[in-house]
Amino acid sequence: MEVTKHRHGTRKGAAHTSTRLSRQKVRWAWLFMAPMLLVLAFVAGWPLFKTIAYGFTDASLIAPETARFIGFDNFAFLLQDPYWWTAVWNTVVFAFASVALETVLGLIIALTLNAKFPGRGGLRAAILIPWAIPTVVSAQMWNWMYNDVFGVINHILQFVGLIEQPIAWTASPDTALLSIILVDVWKTTPFMALLLLAGLQMLPTECYESARIDGVHPLKVFFRVTLPLLKPTLMVAIIFRLLDALRVFDLVYVMSGNNHDTMSMSVYARQQLIDFGGLGFGSAASSLIFAIIALFTVVYLTVARVGREH
Amino acid sequence: MRRIALTLLLILSFESVAAGTASLSISCGALGVELSLCQQGVDAWSSKTGIDVNIVATPNSATERFALYQQILASRSADIDIFQIDVVWPGTLAPHLVDLSQYIPEDITAQHFSTLITNNTVDGALVAMPWFTVAGVLYYRKDLLHKYGESPPQTWQQLTDTAARIQEAERLAGNLRMYGFVFQAKGYEGLTCDALEWVDSFGGGTLVSSDGEVTINNPKAVQALEMASRWIGNIAPQGVLNYDEEQSRGVFQSGNAVFMRNWPYAWALGNAEDSPVRGKIGVIALPRGGEHGHHSGVLGGWQLAVSKYSKHPRQAADLVRYLTSYPEQKRRALIGSYNPTISVLYQDAEVLAAAPFFGTLYASFQNAVARPSRITGDKYARVSAEFYYAVHGVLGGKTTAAKALAQLQRKLERLSRGGQW
Repeated sequence: MEVTKHRHGTRKGAAHTSTRLSRQKVRWAWLFMAPMLLVLAFVAGWPLFKTIAYGFTDASLIAPETARFIGFDNFAFLLQDPYWWTAVWNTVVFAFASVALETVLGLIIALTLNAKFPGRGGLRAAILIPWAIPTVVSAQMWNWMYNDVFGVINHILQFVGLIEQPIAWTASPDTALLSIILVDVWKTTPFMALLLLAGLQMLPTECYESARIDGVHPLKVFFRVTLPLLKPTLMVAIIFRLLDALRVFDLVYVMSGNNHDTMSMSVYARQQLIDFGGLGFGSAASSLIFAIIALFTVVYLTVARVGREH
Repeated sequence: MRRIALTLLLILSFESVAAGTASLSISCGALGVELSLCQQGVDAWSSKTGIDVNIVATPNSATERFALYQQILASRSADIDIFQIDVVWPGTLAPHLVDLSQYIPEDITAQHFSTLITNNTVDGALVAMPWFTVAGVLYYRKDLLHKYGESPPQTWQQLTDTAARIQEAERLAGNLRMYGFVFQAKGYEGLTCDALEWVDSFGGGTLVSSDGEVTINNPKAVQALEMASRWIGNIAPQGVLNYDEEQSRGVFQSGNAVFMRNWPYAWALGNAEDSPVRGKIGVIALPRGGEHGHHSGVLGGWQLAVSKYSKHPRQAADLVRYLTSYPEQKRRALIGSYNPTISVLYQDAEVLAAAPFFGTLYASFQNAVARPSRITGDKYARVSAEFYYAVHGVLGGKTTAAKALAQLQRKLERLSRGGQW
């Protein structure tokens, strides 16, 4: 009795100390996390909450204090606005086309740079130049190059004999979105290549050695060894770029302003919020962009997880 | 502890000192020589009155500046006392601006262009003083017109014919990239200005009448837009649909266009040392819309306004009065070719010697047509956007002028709540 009691007592005591210890750990963890959480709440949580809240009001930029709660009116109007749906469609086309092209080109460049050849270091640095130029600058630069009268692109294409008449790249509705996608590909392929190159360098060399000993064709090595091993890196790189592309603003805005042929969701929201001073309506549009991007992320991650479990 | 108390005391005493002497902040544009001209003017006033003035840097882009001003004024901040505002902003910003007529006597305001004073008067209050003005004008290549024995066009039809003829002849002569006419047709405020000039020159009104009625759907406006849509791909490059001021200047200044519609700023740049068309360009008023039409140019330019939340409105108004005065506007015209808003300065010999086109274009500046920003108030940006989208659709061949304007009329009427705005 005495013994059991004692034993019981120690067990209880041990359990007690362990919970106290873990509780203490948890407390310290919270304490250490607190500054970060606080900062996050201030710089991300509060603005997000305010934006969503403004979305339910008729606030104007010039006099936000007179805002009235109007329920879902903004969202109802937004869902009926054909311009909004054009903007959504443009953004989705832009995001998928540019990310697809960037992934393929980035992979090719990464594979090339992964090989050993003289001057590799210099080349690796050089391909980063488009990524290093601020978007506003490169967008304006490309705008001049696309110009139909004095632009260098038409000049080259005419000189080579590919086209007879100069093309108004950024003005014609058929080519406006395409020309913006091409600039984004030019700008962001280096980023993709860099991410994939980092992934390639982490791959185990044993697989390649055994493949070489077995005399497997290099193309087969790529599809059976490199690609499956690189898949996690690829998935991360693609989601990174996709989220970035879905909220595209600067490139589109600098190259063709508020033109409906190319307007992205963010350009639409900016026009409503800043140009038209519709703080409420613009916030509703911003909230919807947030929701759409969140939806894309959830779908993508689910598909990726299902793919991994396979 | 004592140190903290001492510091607090120090801070407090500084605060009271700061509150004791007035100091003002003014936001000036910083394009080209604008900032240094503003600084010199402000310094001269400061040394006269002994009041310190800070110059606040603001974004160069007008739309960004507008957004910033709205946020500053909406938060009732006293940080900026004097705002430099665009000619289309008084309608939106008026509730936050001081009525200057209580500080600036009427005989001074009467010296300025009446179009500007009317534009800056909202519900009977003079919310801003005109500082410098601009209007849309037509640039032409003197050498090319001379070569083909043409004279500067008086009507749009003459412009179209001359442009077509010279374009064809120059291309046959091997100048393959020559175009007849460039202007601003990107979907933005610039297209609103250009299209309003076409419509107004035909007598088709100014989109919304001064009493708030939407007037855009009329046969003359349709005629004006049909004329403009025929230019695209003929005398104007298709790319003009994405040109702003600088893109059209790029084409004209590189010698690839006979005519260009632009603001007066292009004059100095077109005659700069490195310009291929230096000394070969002329500038006149925009053509009339047919025999019964009139010359038209859209009113632009900048005003000075005093914030309602300023702690020293009297001093601020005095600085505005000084900066917009005759000697100061003359100095700005001589050094920077900024168009004065005081009529008599257009007869000043020194001013005319510095900028000869001030004299020939006096009528364009004086009678410039204002965009309907005053009557439409804070809805102006939306009205303007609907207008440039409609015009852009017509120019791009997506719809006809008659259909687009009928649709625009309905949209604007809905937006105006039956002319109430």
